[in-house]
Parts: sequence; C-alpha cells; structure tokens
Amino acid sequence: MLSRTADNLYWIARNMERAETVARLLEVGARMSLLPTAQGYRSDWDSLLRASGNATGYGAKYGAPDQALIEDYLFFDRDNPNSVASCLTRARENGRIVRTALTTQVWDALNTAFQELRQIEAQPRATLELSRLTDWVMRHAAMVRGAIDATLLRNDGYNFLNIGYYLERGDSTARLMDVKYYVLLPKADYVGSGLDNDQWSMLLRAMSAHRAFHWAYGGEITSAKIADFLILNPQCPRSLITCVAGMNNHLGRVAKAYGRETAAQAAAAAMLAELESQSAEKIFDEGLHEFLTRFIGEAAALGTVIHNTYLSGDMQ
Amino acid sequence: MTPCFNEMFQNDAVRPPYSGLQGWSADMPADRRLAKQAEAEALFRRIGITFAVYGEGGDPDRLIPFDMFPRVFTGAEWAKLERGIKQRARALNAFLVDVYGRGEIVRARRIPAKLVYQNAAYEKSVCGFVPPKGVYSHIVGVDIVRTGPGEFYVLEDNCRTPSGVSYMLESREMMMRMFPDLFRENRIQPIDSYPEKLRRTLASVAPAKCDHAPTVVILTPGHFNSAYYEHSFLADLMGVELVEGADLFVDGAFVYMRTTEGPKRVDVIYRRLDDAYIDPLCFRPDSMLGVPGLMDVYRSGGVSICSAPGAGVADDKAVYTYVPEMVRFYLGEEPILNNVPTWKCSDASDFKYVTENLAELVVKEVHGSGGYGMLVGPKSTKAQVEEFRTLIHANPSNYIAQPTLALSTTPTFVEEGIAPRHVDLRPYCLVGERIELVPGGLTRVALREGSLVVNSSQGGGVKDTWVLAE
Repeated sequence: MLSRTADNLYWIARNMERAETVARLLEVGARMSLLPTAQGYRSDWDSLLRASGNATGYGAKYGAPDQALIEDYLFFDRDNPNSVASCLTRARENGRIVRTALTTQVWDALNTAFQELRQIEAQPRATLELSRLTDWVMRHAAMVRGAIDATLLRNDGYNFLNIGYYLERGDSTARLMDVKYYVLLPKADYVGSGLDNDQWSMLLRAMSAHRAFHWAYGGEITSAKIADFLILNPQCPRSLITCVAGMNNHLGRVAKAYGRETAAQAAAAAMLAELESQSAEKIFDEGLHEFLTRFIGEAAALGTVIHNTYLSGDMQ
Repeated sequence: MTPCFNEMFQNDAVRPPYSGLQGWSADMPADRRLAKQAEAEALFRRIGITFAVYGEGGDPDRLIPFDMFPRVFTGAEWAKLERGIKQRARALNAFLVDVYGRGEIVRARRIPAKLVYQNAAYEKSVCGFVPPKGVYSHIVGVDIVRTGPGEFYVLEDNCRTPSGVSYMLESREMMMRMFPDLFRENRIQPIDSYPEKLRRTLASVAPAKCDHAPTVVILTPGHFNSAYYEHSFLADLMGVELVEGADLFVDGAFVYMRTTEGPKRVDVIYRRLDDAYIDPLCFRPDSMLGVPGLMDVYRSGGVSICSAPGAGVADDKAVYTYVPEMVRFYLGEEPILNNVPTWKCSDASDFKYVTENLAELVVKEVHGSGGYGMLVGPKSTKAQVEEFRTLIHANPSNYIAQPTLALSTTPTFVEEGIAPRHVDLRPYCLVGERIELVPGGLTRVALREGSLVVNSSQGGGVKDTWVLAE
C-alpha cells in the first residue's frame, strides 16, 4: 500500500489510543484529587501533567495547576495537540484521507465520534460532567477498535493499525504508571502504606484493570505485584510486555507479507527480549521511574524506526 | 416564471414518465417530507459526502443540497440522447487527435486556425503524440438542457475532469434507502456499473510500454480539494489507489508510487488536476501537486494520463460552436443533438449583436467553469450589465453569448411544498476501447425560484435521475 496510507492508518490508531489515554489520565487525576494529600508531595495534578507530556504547554498557557483548567486543557483545548478533541479530530481526518483503506463501519465509528464531539463542544461547560466525558471517549474508542476488529481485512493496513495501537498503548501505560512515581519516593517505608495502596487502586481503576488485577493476584496490593501486572504479565491487556509482544507480532506479519525483515523488526525484537529478561525486583533496583522513563524513550525510538522504514515513502 | 417546459405536468395532466410518482408525491405531507429530508442530510453527513469550501468563511463540511424528487426519462427519450452523446464524444476525440496531428479540419477551413492553435488551452507539448487508442477525453460530460418534450440542446462539453458522478451514484443510493417502494413499483435502469465501466475504460488505454495488467491510480490534489470525497469514493469503488503528487515519482522511463514495499510502477493515471498543475517541469513550475518529469514519461509511452493533457481545447466555449461541424467532418453524420445558438464576440458582427442585446443574453468566458465569470442578462441589474460590457470590450475573444434558454423544470421539494425548478443534465460518457454510458447522469437543479444557475458552487442542488426500463 502507499506509504502515506500506512502512515495515516498508523496515526488513526495512535490518535484514538491517545485520546483514550488522556481520558484515563483525567479520570486518574479526578479520583486522586478526592483523596487527602500527604504532606511533602507535589500535587498529583502536577505530576499528571508532567507524566503525560502536557506540562510545558499547560504551564505556558495557564501557569499553576488548577483542576478545572487542566480538565479543559486536556479535553477540549484545540491549542493542545494532545487534547481529546484534537486527537479525535485528527483521527477522523486521517480516516477521511484514507477512506479507501477503511470499511464503512470503521469510517462510521470515526465520523460519529467526531460529529458527537462537535455537539458536546457546543454545550455549556458547566453542564458537562467529567466522568461522563471520559466514559464517552472510552465508548467511542471501543467502537472504533470493534469496527476494525470485526470488519477490516487482515492485510498490511490492519497490521499498521495494530502497530500504532500497541505502540501508543505501551507508551501510555508507562506514562500512567509514571504519574504515580514521578517523584522518587523519599522514604522506602512509605511503600505499602494505606495511602499508597489507595493511589494504586485508583490507577488500576483508571486502566479498567482493578478487578482483573485481583483475579490475577489475589491477596494484598503490593508495589511488586502492581509492577509485575502492568509491566511483565502477558495476561494484562495493557501491560508493557503485551504491547511490545503485540508490536512484534504485527511487525512480523508485515515482514512475512512483504518477504523481508527490516530494522523495525530487529528493534522490536530487542525490546521484547529485554522485557522478557526483567523481573519486578530488577525493575525496582533500577528504580521504577527510571525504568519507565527508559521504556518511553525506547518506544519512541522504535516509532522512529517504524516511520523511517515503512511510513516515510523512502523504502527502496 | 417565464413559460417553460414542465417535465411532469402537461396542462393539468401528468406526463407518462412521472405517472409512477404521482401517488408518492401526493402522499408527502410537510412533516413526512421534512423528516425524510433530515434523514437524507444525516445520511450524507454520516457518510461524509461533502463538497467542501475551504478558506476564509468556508464550510469544510458543506453538503450539496439533495432534492428527493427524481427526474425521469423514458427509455425511448434516453435512447435518443445516448446516441447523440456518444456521437458527440466520438467527434470531440477525433478533433483532438487531429488538431495535435495533421490538423485536417483546419486545412479544410472548417474551423479557424487561430481558434485552435492560439487557443489558451492548446498544449504545444503534446503535438505529434497520439495517446493510446486515439482517445484524449476519456470521460466526456456533455451538459444538456431541455426546452420541450423532444427538444434538447447541448449547453457545453466538459472534456477534462467533469465532476459530480459520485453525487449521481450516492443520490441513487439515498433514494433506494429512503424510498425502497418506489424502486419496487417502477422499473428503473441501474447505474451501479459505472465504477466498473470506468475502471475498464481506464485499463483499456494502457500505455504502449505496458506489457502486463495495468496499474491504475487516481491522482488527487489532496484532501483539501472540494471534490475530494468524489476522488476517494471512485478509488474505493474501482479498487485502485488514490495518490497525491508526492506519492509519485519518475525514474527512468516510468512513473512509480511510494509504497510500504518499495516503489511500484503506475501505468494509467486518472488525474483530477488541471493540466497546469500536473508537471512542474513542463507546465506551472510552482505546482506542488504534480509529478516532475511526468510529461516525458507520457510522451514516450510509459504512462497514460486520463483525460489527456491538451483536451481543454475541445471544451473551449468558442470551439463548442464548431462541434456540429466536427460531427459532419469526422463522422460524416448529421448531429443528433443540437448546439445552443451561440454568438462569438471574437467575430465582428456577433460582437455587435451581443453588445446591442446584452441585457437579454447569457454571456460566458470561453474557458470558464463553475458558473463563474458569466452574466445572465435578464437577471442582472443595469449596473452589472454595464460592468460586463466593459469586460467584453476589453477582451472580446474571451466571451461568447447565448440566448436565455427557458430550461425545463421538474417538481422539486421546496419550503412551500412541491414547486417547479429549472434543471439540466450531465451524463458521463466513457471513451476507451469502447464508448459507453450508464443511463441518466447527474441532474442539477437550481434551487432558488426562477434561478437558472445549477452549479453546486453557487447554490445548486442535485436529484436522482431515472431512466425507465421499457
């Protein structure tokens, strides 16, 4: 297929997943703000902005963190290229550009989300509840994924869509976890306290993984189990290893379809091998925040390799 | 409204083609009509069938107004039109091959040399090159108006990139969804074979150097073009890639597209760009929409371009007056379809007549389109008429004039209920190895009462066009 088509499909997936991530971030922030703050910590809204890469933009526009302004900036603001509104609009525009590569159902799902967004934007802000907005985003993201799953041909386009989804999802899981650990915990004995566990529960809920976690692990929440679940457990739908394995799977299918292996497959395989060699202890030895930051950087590098290989039009 | 032919009603009787619609239209009270119109609009928006206007104050999600009342031809009425359209398409293509070759029609003094060789659309860079199968214009949009039961005139020919076929197809789809009973009760000839016929036509003009099943693409200016929906719609239905200039490049003797597997050769390009933009090394050097070196590959038989560069000289409105002559000269036949009487301001006596009767005439630029740059005398103020007079005096050979035709009307759903509105017809004639048409075409309707301007860019709408099977 045209490199430009593959590029647009890849970005439909990344934009839709990013919209969902931002919605989940808002959910996390809203839930955490309902908990009493512990002394000596930055506000969670601040760490949320930083972990999601929105701190500079928000700071330039508004200055100090303020819940209502942050909600507006992350959901509606068109000046913010990562806002839910910006991501959904871009995804739909990507879809419009490559209509021929999508089924009617997938286009319908993208376009309906876009049209409803416009209606939402027209309503007075005071009447809009954040939890309903985040539900709305996740519902439409699910409809797009469902349409893709049910109707698209399993061709190279399908693979590029999935590569985009997995890359963005891995990146966003890492960022969501990093919200919790933006600042290194100053005292080791704080880990495992009641407040710490409440915050982890909030995080799991925001990832729709709270019950799944309890099914998989049982017993008490510990930071080791959380790290294992969200990073290393292949049963968790959004764990880092699931996402990297997903990228490997779909890159492998592309290589098979085209009859050639490239630097993209090699880079993805290296990332998977590294994760498979990890354990929760090793991750905490490195430092959770350091590990997550490193992962986010490697995922970005992999994205660049994928772009240069398949999406830039320079393939020979 | 000036007296004109109403396609549905003859005095108070319903003409035969519309008898199947009588019951349906009577059973359309205002609330049902409004509900159905809302349904149609919602469907168009969901599908994304827009004709966008980008830029200051433009609406990127503008819909072309769709009127639910179909326009109907009998099979016999259409058969005659079809013969006339095919005849005209053959003659226009023969003319194009001739004027870029030996120019026999000029030598025989059947058309002035100046009008051809000094025409702004005459493309010197393709002189001496004969495109595959001798076809220049692969999709001919012959715009037709009707002034009486059997009286049809060709308003103009569109030999380059006539648009609107997606609205023809989607209007039919819309009507079938909203009023399936109508299709059970009336026998209407289907039109859904158009994309397949188009693809076959394009493939049939594969270039000389192509020795395999040709790869066809549609070249679009991009997603900010008003007609982008149509480009992607056709690519989708034909199963071909939709490319932009940046996706293509020339290497050696061929054109390639950039794919995820590396470069892939392209053999036939259905381009929805004007000539001026398709190759910055041959035409406008500032064009970012084309492919540098494309014309070299074209002229050496490495790629086909549909419609071929240079076809514009045949849809010049002054050249239009010689099309009946082309039919006689190349085909040895009498024209089945008539031209509208036309005065050419480049001719001294015509110019005199036009300037003396400006307020009663329709005056157009010879290379205009979209309904812009024209004067409808009877609908204009004195000031507008005088302003146009100045333009004509400044550049007479840029203008032609025609009498104001009383275009036929068909019933149209308007605020007050059902009322007659002026219509025209654009059929799409495909010319490749064969010449073929799907029955009907796009009926464009001037939605404002009394208005004669049907162009979508100026407030026109579209209707489903039926040709009854008989």
